[in-house]
Amino acid sequence: MSIITNINKLFDHRIRLGIMSVLMVNSKVNFNSLKELLELTDGNLASHIKALEKAEYIIVEKSFLNKKPNTQYKASKMGKSAFVKHVDALEQLFKASQNR
Amino acid sequence: MKDKDYTKDLSDIRDFMSRSSQFISLSGLSGILAGVYAILGGIVAYGVLNDEALIFTPSNANYNLFIQLIPILFVVALLSIITAIILSKKRAKLNKEKLWSEPTKRMLLNFCIPLITGGIYILLNLSSRQYGLTAALMLIFYGLALLNASKYTVSTIKYLAYAQLLTGLVCAAIPEWGFWFWLFGFGVLHIFYGSLLYTSQKAERP
Repeated sequence: MSIITNINKLFDHRIRLGIMSVLMVNSKVNFNSLKELLELTDGNLASHIKALEKAEYIIVEKSFLNKKPNTQYKASKMGKSAFVKHVDALEQLFKASQNR
Repeated sequence: MKDKDYTKDLSDIRDFMSRSSQFISLSGLSGILAGVYAILGGIVAYGVLNDEALIFTPSNANYNLFIQLIPILFVVALLSIITAIILSKKRAKLNKEKLWSEPTKRMLLNFCIPLITGGIYILLNLSSRQYGLTAALMLIFYGLALLNASKYTVSTIKYLAYAQLLTGLVCAAIPEWGFWFWLFGFGVLHIFYGSLLYTSQKAERP
């Protein structure tokens, strides 16, 4: 089963998949928007962001907006290509299951 | 064995992507009602004013009569905006989304820039008593606003934008018929596009 090898373990989770999907179509997204979009709690989102950050799939940009900290996230080049690969693998699996 | 999960992953990805990047709470019914308000406004204008005032000649002969149309325009615009907000709110709830979100703000910003530019330009024109091209300018700037917003919302709205732009340009060529082109653009085209959107939305959610 060679297709399975392209399935990225890191994206094999709905929340991390969601974070990456959002960052694929938006250049920068802040923490609260991400939280609202994915309907998560602070802690839950933070832990998954950390996992993606550790893998260097996303880039964290800390800045201040009206003297309040405003953290924004964007997908790294590596993260984007890993995600594309993962989606391709999902599609392959989907096709394989349809042909069965 | 895990095939089911992976197909769900694919549909989740598509869902997250579209939800985060576009304002999709636009209701077809808003379009239909905006068109109806415009036509009702047109009927009121037709009843209140005499026929002469409805011929927008480039000369300023009917300026004082023309000015009387402005409150009607405001009421039509206000009703359309209120309707759009209420129906979008309803639709957002149905989609389990927040109405006041990043995509909404982005769509509104892109919609408002050409619209406000046009609005100010039209008012400046009116203040120098030039009203002959008002209908054409409204249609053209509205079309540009829609086109600009179409990248951030239901993409088929660009066809409405093209239709408004075309109507506006033809109107600019025959400004005497401005009133009727205005009715066609803001009334008929809205109802037509609104109905198309409405039926496609109905089909999605039986």
